[in-house]
Amino acid sequence: MKAPRLTDTTLRDGSHAMRHTFTRQHVRDIVTALDRAGVPVIEVTHGDGLAGSSLQYGFSLTPELDLIAEARAAAERARIAALLLPGIGTRRELKAAVERGVQVLRIATQCTEADISEEHFKMAKDMGLETVGFLMMSHMRPPEFLAEQAALMESYGADCVYVVDSAGAMLPHDAAARVRALKAALRVQVGFHAHNNLGLGIGNTLAALEAGADQIDGCLRGLGAGAGNAATELLAAVLDRLGINPGLDVLALMDAAEYVVAPIMPFQPFPDRDAITIGYAGVYSTFLLHAKRVGEQLGVDPRAILIELGRRQTVAGQEDWILDVALELVRKRGG
Amino acid sequence: MGDETIKVAILGSGNIGTDLMYKILDCPGSMELALLAGIDPHSEGLARARALGVAASAQGIDAVLEHPEIQIVFDATSARAHVRHAKLLRETGRIAIDLTPAARGPYVVPPVNLRQHLDALNVNLITCGGQATIPLVYAVSRVTPVRYAEIVSTIASRSAGPGTRQNIDEFTFTTAHGLEVIGGAQQGKAIIILNPAEPPILMRNTVYAIPESDFDPAQVRESIESMVAEVQQYVPGYRLKNPPVFDMRDTPWGRKPVVTVLLEVEGAGHFLPPYAGNLDIMTASARRVGEVFAQHLLSRREVLV
Repeated sequence: MKAPRLTDTTLRDGSHAMRHTFTRQHVRDIVTALDRAGVPVIEVTHGDGLAGSSLQYGFSLTPELDLIAEARAAAERARIAALLLPGIGTRRELKAAVERGVQVLRIATQCTEADISEEHFKMAKDMGLETVGFLMMSHMRPPEFLAEQAALMESYGADCVYVVDSAGAMLPHDAAARVRALKAALRVQVGFHAHNNLGLGIGNTLAALEAGADQIDGCLRGLGAGAGNAATELLAAVLDRLGINPGLDVLALMDAAEYVVAPIMPFQPFPDRDAITIGYAGVYSTFLLHAKRVGEQLGVDPRAILIELGRRQTVAGQEDWILDVALELVRKRGG
Repeated sequence: MGDETIKVAILGSGNIGTDLMYKILDCPGSMELALLAGIDPHSEGLARARALGVAASAQGIDAVLEHPEIQIVFDATSARAHVRHAKLLRETGRIAIDLTPAARGPYVVPPVNLRQHLDALNVNLITCGGQATIPLVYAVSRVTPVRYAEIVSTIASRSAGPGTRQNIDEFTFTTAHGLEVIGGAQQGKAIIILNPAEPPILMRNTVYAIPESDFDPAQVRESIESMVAEVQQYVPGYRLKNPPVFDMRDTPWGRKPVVTVLLEVEGAGHFLPPYAGNLDIMTASARRVGEVFAQHLLSRREVLV
């Protein structure tokens, strides 16, 4: 195994758990701590990517472009990344984000829909950005299928394509098989993004590294959607013990998690019953807080909602179906 | 003369043009389909037209221009082609009903603003998401001013062709703009999601509206329900999945009541599969717009006689 490149996405995936309330101060403090600890790429965006601020996903307290500008100003060495989901964000927001200092663009599509990202990759490459493709909900399709979608992103100009376990539904052999298939099919780098819904955030990341992953993601204290992500400080400690530390200051990252992120977290993401259900049912991790809210409003067990959403093969971004399913469950119970 | 009709043509012999042909043949109303024109001589659409006794040509716009009696032309080609077609049709005095994203003429949503544009020579049908959701935003805004409207259209992967896939940004810009200028929202936002589930899902839309100030939920519900009934007249598979929901949410304008409408659109299955409600609502709206224009032309003809 070789030392991977680590992207910290506390300030993007963590936006879900924070209900999109990051402030400039939060960004300044977290970016400064990550930068000093040697994290090379820091992602800052609304949880659902550029222009994600909405009723569907939750409004941002502070405009994400201001947070991106703050991050760029605070970073001395680290590069600033942003996420974009075609269908939500557009080339307009991409351009605005680059003007505010974004250097790496991560473009995410449902793992079956890579061909909606062509224009965005093209524009990002034309603007001189490093580009990363994100195949979301990768557990829903077999390795060979994913490799074909990844090859499309490569052909559009991706410098790396990630296998993204958005539902935290993969087991280690699932993660390894998918990364291996992409490694065999692509000339560019391959990444892996974990969620901890089944308690396998670190384990799956290790399996991905063994299968040849070049890039991985983490969040301080695991702050992310669902049960959170692989914790950055844990990854640093584990990589160091494996002898493949890419230059991360393990103790400084522990401090960042403990003293910078923990105090501002509304709760510690953890595989509790609802979060386990997300991984078990194979649904998008960000459904967690929305399903809890709607479940509480209508007196429905969030797990029943999540399992039905899994049965309906919902994909990334379909938060509106939570209310729909909950209303149906209420009707069925009444009738 | 009550049985008089207006001759119409369809440009584009792909899925949309072919489905529209079936819709017009199924229910011609005041129209007579005189021509289906494509550019691929081997296209299935042209073969189907001939088999049904409809004149078909692979000469595209040139075939239409050879027939001065054709007064209305539906354009189901591409935005780029329509820019050229629009000019030629305008110069020869034909009415163009544009199903592409070219937007050379005003946006129309049949139950909302079609009557205002009956003298236009070119009208545009916005997007599938726009045709599905703008009537509902308008249904709220005609009762109480809307500060913000947001829509999420979820369509089956299989129903999204290469045009949609390569121009996904245009869907969001155009639909959001339509929510404002026709729906009446001060600010609009649109999201589109492609869902690859098998079997394919029906087109689904969620409409959120944040009214400016206090409003009467019963009045809003009634307005929405009557609008749904109006759209159902030309899109029979257009229906609410649940009654409108009212709840309080945190917004940039403080804690505000939000109206949420969950909508489903099932296609009529004329040519396209029923799950492709997103395509059906475009062709059904186009037929409706054509019918209203045809009636308008006939009424003017009567006046002149």
